[in-house]
Amino acid sequence: MIKAILIFNNHGKPRLIRFYQYFAEDMQQQIIRETFHLVSKRDDNVCNFLEGGSLIGGSDYKLIYRHYATLYFVFCVDSSESELGILDLIQVFVETLDKCFENVCELDLIFHMDKVHYILQEVVMGGMVLETNMNEIVAQVELQNRMEKSEVQVWASI
Amino acid sequence: MALKIVKGSIDRMFDKNLQDLVRGIRNHKDDEAKYISTCIDEIKQELKQDNIAVKANAVCKLTYLQMLGYDVSWAAFNIVEVMSSSKFTYKRIGYLAASQCFHEGTDVIMLTTNQIRKDLSSPNQYDTGVALTGLSCFVTPDLARDLANDIMTLMSHTKPYIRKKAVLIMYKVFLKYPESLRPAFPRLKEKLEDPDPGVQSAAVNVICELARRNPKNYLSLAPLFFKLMTSSTNNWVLIKIIKLFGALTPLEPRLGKKLIEPLTNLIHSTSAMSLLYECVNTVIAVLISLSSGMPNHSASIQLCVQKLRILIEDSDQNLKYLGLLAMSKILKTHPKSVQSHKDLILQCLDDKDESIRLRALDLLYGMVSKKNLMEIVKKLMLHVDKAEGTTYRDELLTKIIDICSQSNFQYITNFEWYISILVELTRLEGTRHGHLIASQMLDVAIRVKAIRGFAVAQMATLLDNAHLLTGNTQRNGICEVLYAAAWICGEFSEHLEDPMQTLEAMLRPKVATLPGHIQAVYVQNAAKLFATVLRKHDGETESQAAQETSQLLIDRLPLFVQSANLEVQERASCILQLVKYIQKLQQKNVEVAEEVTALFAGELNPVAPKAQKKVPIPEGLDLDAWINEPPSESESEDEKPKAVFAKEEPKHSRSRHTEVDEKELARRREVRKQEQANNPFYIKASPSSQKVYDAPGVEHIPVVQIDLSVPLKVPGMPMSDQYLKLEVERRQKEKAERKKKEKKKKREKRGKERKADSGPESEEDITPAHQVDIVTEEMPENALPSDDDDKDPNDPHKALDIDLDKPLADSEKLPVRTHRPEALKSPAEDRDSESVPQETKKKSGKEKKKDKEKDRKRSKEEKKKKKKHKEVEEELLESQPEEAVQSEETKEAAAPPTSTSAEEVTAPSSAAAAVDTSSAAAPESEPDEPKDTEPEDTKSSKHKKKKQKKEKEEKEKKKKKRHHHHHQHHSDAGGEDSVQNGTVEEEEPLPPMSNYSLLAENSYIKMMKEDADQVYDIQGNHQDESKVVVSVIFENKSDSFLKSMEFNVLDSLNSKLQRPEGAGAHDSLTVPFQLPPGVSNEARFVFSVQSIIMPQKLKGTLTFIVKSDESSTHEKLDFKLHFTCTSYLITTPCYSDAYAKLLESGDLKGSSLRLEGINMPFHHLLARICFHHHFSVVERIDSCASMYSRSIQGHHVCLLVKTSDQTVSIDAKCDEPSLLGNVLDEIKQTFSKC
Repeated sequence: MIKAILIFNNHGKPRLIRFYQYFAEDMQQQIIRETFHLVSKRDDNVCNFLEGGSLIGGSDYKLIYRHYATLYFVFCVDSSESELGILDLIQVFVETLDKCFENVCELDLIFHMDKVHYILQEVVMGGMVLETNMNEIVAQVELQNRMEKSEVQVWASI
Repeated sequence: MALKIVKGSIDRMFDKNLQDLVRGIRNHKDDEAKYISTCIDEIKQELKQDNIAVKANAVCKLTYLQMLGYDVSWAAFNIVEVMSSSKFTYKRIGYLAASQCFHEGTDVIMLTTNQIRKDLSSPNQYDTGVALTGLSCFVTPDLARDLANDIMTLMSHTKPYIRKKAVLIMYKVFLKYPESLRPAFPRLKEKLEDPDPGVQSAAVNVICELARRNPKNYLSLAPLFFKLMTSSTNNWVLIKIIKLFGALTPLEPRLGKKLIEPLTNLIHSTSAMSLLYECVNTVIAVLISLSSGMPNHSASIQLCVQKLRILIEDSDQNLKYLGLLAMSKILKTHPKSVQSHKDLILQCLDDKDESIRLRALDLLYGMVSKKNLMEIVKKLMLHVDKAEGTTYRDELLTKIIDICSQSNFQYITNFEWYISILVELTRLEGTRHGHLIASQMLDVAIRVKAIRGFAVAQMATLLDNAHLLTGNTQRNGICEVLYAAAWICGEFSEHLEDPMQTLEAMLRPKVATLPGHIQAVYVQNAAKLFATVLRKHDGETESQAAQETSQLLIDRLPLFVQSANLEVQERASCILQLVKYIQKLQQKNVEVAEEVTALFAGELNPVAPKAQKKVPIPEGLDLDAWINEPPSESESEDEKPKAVFAKEEPKHSRSRHTEVDEKELARRREVRKQEQANNPFYIKASPSSQKVYDAPGVEHIPVVQIDLSVPLKVPGMPMSDQYLKLEVERRQKEKAERKKKEKKKKREKRGKERKADSGPESEEDITPAHQVDIVTEEMPENALPSDDDDKDPNDPHKALDIDLDKPLADSEKLPVRTHRPEALKSPAEDRDSESVPQETKKKSGKEKKKDKEKDRKRSKEEKKKKKKHKEVEEELLESQPEEAVQSEETKEAAAPPTSTSAEEVTAPSSAAAAVDTSSAAAPESEPDEPKDTEPEDTKSSKHKKKKQKKEKEEKEKKKKKRHHHHHQHHSDAGGEDSVQNGTVEEEEPLPPMSNYSLLAENSYIKMMKEDADQVYDIQGNHQDESKVVVSVIFENKSDSFLKSMEFNVLDSLNSKLQRPEGAGAHDSLTVPFQLPPGVSNEARFVFSVQSIIMPQKLKGTLTFIVKSDESSTHEKLDFKLHFTCTSYLITTPCYSDAYAKLLESGDLKGSSLRLEGINMPFHHLLARICFHHHFSVVERIDSCASMYSRSIQGHHVCLLVKTSDQTVSIDAKCDEPSLLGNVLDEIKQTFSKC
């Protein structure tokens, strides 16, 4: 199970947070801060797994993260997930973002948090991996966007 | 209206959208909070508008603010409004917001049920998808219950997109509403073979997640997963399956053996590192579960270790990390194969990556031996000095202590060295682990008697240099060691060279800056030191020194008396008064030393940390019972327990208890001694058992003489290094000496033959430098050994520990929304919901039938599947030897033969039958009521063995529920069965027993009746009326379809068939099913019985319609229902003391019975009585047993069964003589039949 997915930038500013277990808002912020603190002090050439995020889960949980340019993508998972599998999944997610936003950058995430959520929803659902095939994910996202557009047109035509 | 819309859209144009909000926040970096609060005000205005677009926009912005940490729960209702918009665009916004901020405590969630249900059934798949995604984040138990059925339907949706989402969300539903697991499981299982890979993957995902927590329930899926593993190419799915197998193998070693080969193939063939890694992991799990008995498993271990080495040597840090992680798993069972890679692991300690260093540390923990401990710890100490971050340094510190103290200081050969290490560790600045070091010091000093002298000297030095440690007390945890130091110096002060000096050190004014609890220890131990000083100067007349000491205390203690800490204050003032008194006596030249020493006489023994928890609850003490009755609501409740207390409490069992306890105590003490004698790590005091020390040459070992004047720090070289050096020297000397001796021996023996010294010395060769007596920690007498201390009672997955192989019952159907209340309940259901009076309406009968039919269809499918899969399973497991199962059986057989033993005797056979029936019986009734079916001889008996584990569980459950069903449905195959079901109490196997008897039979139908053993005592409602449930199995023997079966009984005055409300007294009951040819099914009928002391016979008729292709005829079958007195007895366990008391009470009347010519083993006899007559064994001594049962109306029935040469005599007592007489008659009958 994935317990949380956090995306924040090099300064710890959250760009997307997705908890699959309830935490109150202030607790969420504290988790983000602590996670950022743990992750940010690590060099880029060390391993991508971290134990000891004491706020989430406990000993069974791991932080698995990737660092892309200005953004950290952090997944908090338990031992039922394959570490390398999750790393691949983060890659798939980022590549999907890249396709959907055409050369994704931090600004896309800043201004379109909702869209990023919709894409993530096609990859992970309720803490479990829903789809790992990028083409399938992109296809579903686009179909939904098209539907939204058609609705807007209907709205505009009124 | 039109104006409103226009106004709305104009408003909207001026509203900020999400992008504007984000831009605004970025432009107001200085006063972000203020800006956001104005934005929130705007949002509140927007939410008040009617226009849904405006609302959705506002909600979207709120979602963003939520991410920044703002609580937006106040808008929950508006979110629900947006969710219920008909437009996908807005709906999606609403659901997103809900998924981000709704949780179980959100009250508006209740309002969403219908909206979500509507969305789930929407024709637009994306509406459904969005609802599913949202729901997965905020599903509550209520939502799960109400929507489970809708979601289950979606699992068979035409669109794979919906199917996979529905499958995934089921896991969340199971968690919140565990009752849904069993009904939904068959369909979930189907999805494992879904044509769409995404759906398949989702199903694998969910089942893996379920199986991880309760693996034993999913063992039966192993063949299916095995198939998937060999056929699937999706790495994601493969990884999940392989991980799942890792969880299953510990439960089923045979599975592991099957897995090794395909996994090794995968390891060799795959290019995906993730897959390779998981394969290695699972192979390790398999090897751990097999642990021995596999000829070629060293090859597999080698393969794993070799692959892991490649991973660890890889430049990719991730692989390195995982390699170490997996290595630590191998280490647990095959330390040898890992130890050969020590170099590699030590190398990892130098890695720049902290995660990797921590993993390497973990590995080191398992790699130490007596030989290399000092060396490894030295390396670690170097790292401690180098370590930059405190977290890593603290981790190192705890690891060093862990490594040294593991398994009772097993690897420490020189405790002086260890004490020095601990003292060196106190030099760490800013560590949080002062208390850890302190507890180690205490532990070693208390438990290793030989080291006390040395330890005390070291501690005295520490106390003397306390100022070095207490630089800044506030944030420095290290001053905790002073606590230990002071205590050790005080407690073992007889070893102190100069107690006066230490006493002086402990009373320095600086001490007052230490934390209170440490000061308290200082004060207390100052008193102990005082006693020691006095004793030292005992006998010297007019000792100046002694008086000086008193004066010192009197001078210094007032400082502590003023302490703000109460503990310190209290102790100090007590001791001050004491010393003042002593001083007075001293001035009168009275000898006081002895008295003062007596204050602190006696040794303190170490107590195990779990000791308190392990104190067994004395028999008869119920911790949950009220001490005083709570104020009662109704008087009737109040009365009963009082009576019980009045009867039971006073005279009984007290004396007996203590007697038993003392005996038990002695026995356990003996056992403990035995255990200690056999424990190699317990170094005994008596020289005879010390093999190690008797080795030749030990006497000549130069035991290090400790010069107590050695300063704490040797300049240039840490003290512990000294020991390392000494140790090396010592060992070399030892070796040389041994060699000499060996040589001598060899020369004596053969003269010529000489072998080179064989490599590394073995563990045994290393002798400890000190003869140490490690005192084991004390546990309470007769503590119960148990390992379940660390199970989390709050684990939500506990509720999902559900047996999935039992057939589904009606009552387990997922709740479906209906417009009318269900009517015309079958008697069986009626029984289920007795408390809820239901109106009967005949109208909806049709509807119900449809439902039933559907249900049956489903169950049939399930049946087929099960059969198929069982076959596969058999194939998979057939070829394997069966030792594993055998061992399991013996385990079971070894269960203590207490009162439950009789149940255990009978249960395996019945449970095996229960499992068998599950495949054939239609799942129309209660899940835990095994049903009989037509004999199926083809069933392989092997299969049953496979299910032993589950049986065990079922047994447990049955015991809990206090009603059990013993029957064996094919007695012809019984002999064979029982052999395989294992021996019980190392005696002969039991013959099969059946509780089903033929009721009536004709060419169309056969009726079998089970002893009415599920009995309700409803005394509370009707004073002397009890209910008895009779299970009847209807078996269709003809080639035609049987329907409209009606069951009727001619009521007697005493016994009446329970009919639905409103039905006439002579109306018949419709049997709630139809029977296709060859099928059998079970129905239950409830009877109310007034008096139970006499057996009853009721005449009855079954009418039914036989429908064949050409014609249909109306048929009838008469039968007689026989209620034996036995059937009114409920198996009730009884403790022997309660039993004895019952007999003593004199309320029972006796009767007896003699049976001649019984030649069956005694335990069979008991088992038969237990089984057929619902008794439980209270106590059994040789060929004599006491048994107990209780009737549904609360009569006690006690039996004393004795046997000698084919004669069995039964003395019985009961408070109702006629009941007893009838029961005895029935017992007689049972045995006359065999």
